[in-house]
Amino acid sequence: MHELGIVFYIIRDVKKAAEENGVEKVSAVVMNIGEVSTVIPDYLGDCWRWAADKEPLLKGCQLKILPVPAVSYCGDCGKEFGTVAHGKTCPHCGSVNTWLLRGNEVEIKEIEVPAD
Amino acid sequence: MDEVKVIEIKKSVFADNQQDADALRKELKTKGVFLLNLMSSPGSGKTTTLIRTLNLLKDKVRVAVMEADIDSDVDAVKIRRATGIPSIQLHTGGMCHLDAEMTRQGLDNLSLEETDLVILENVGNLVCPAEFDTGAVANAMILSVPEGDDKPLKYPLMFSVCDLVLINKTDVLPYFDFNPDKCREYIRMRNPKARVIPICARTGEGVEAFADWLLEQIHLWKH
Repeated sequence: MHELGIVFYIIRDVKKAAEENGVEKVSAVVMNIGEVSTVIPDYLGDCWRWAADKEPLLKGCQLKILPVPAVSYCGDCGKEFGTVAHGKTCPHCGSVNTWLLRGNEVEIKEIEVPAD
Repeated sequence: MDEVKVIEIKKSVFADNQQDADALRKELKTKGVFLLNLMSSPGSGKTTTLIRTLNLLKDKVRVAVMEADIDSDVDAVKIRRATGIPSIQLHTGGMCHLDAEMTRQGLDNLSLEETDLVILENVGNLVCPAEFDTGAVANAMILSVPEGDDKPLKYPLMFSVCDLVLINKTDVLPYFDFNPDKCREYIRMRNPKARVIPICARTGEGVEAFADWLLEQIHLWKH
């Protein structure tokens, strides 16, 4: 739903990184996207294409998405479980005293630039 | 294949916004201004609730309102006419939420030195506004009865970031399968610390409890 807003943030951060590194062209941006980050990779890709092509630095630049599976931890039995399959309730002991360990990432991992 | 050079960044897309938000909160603390970020889905009764609440508060504290919408200024005009309180309209330019920078730009248009409380009415949406820290001192959300008691399960992030949940439109409870106890239980699952206040903005029931909560929060923030 807010993929376009996130794309604007990515563009802002990549432009900053490019400037800091003296880069004039970026060929790919690699993102870590958590399974429960609420970002839908397909939408993000569509918004990316539309917005990135308006920037000389990012024209034709690819957006590569690495999914991060969501994992929760149970504070009562100390075991981990898949968040998407089980939600808030621990499948091992039934407790709801659980929290997310990872899977919430919306993170720029790295950028790829054409080698000189 | 063309050779590429990889530059590692490893940075959350929300990191800059988080910094902006923390800086804004610090500035608000210095100026003694309490900023409330009010969120909900469209049609939950945000503006009606605000009008009721502002009329209770306006003789006790100096209030201003910022209305955020994708377009139009209907809410800002409505608030100004119904309460006489300074109210400005922010346009998000198609974005589904406000971030800390946009919030700051809005605040620049208010006389903060003469204000105790600013209420930011965020874009009607239960997903995106929860992702972006606006720099507000507290977050509140309105869940209205017709939306259903299961919303805390469906929009966990929104409920986990809120300090206060108002359950609005309690006058229509007899006509909906909305179980207030279940709803409280679901909210507690997401956020044990959230305060829950049932209200009816149409009749005014419970609105005083919300106004009192705000006065208490403003007092704590200023001292």
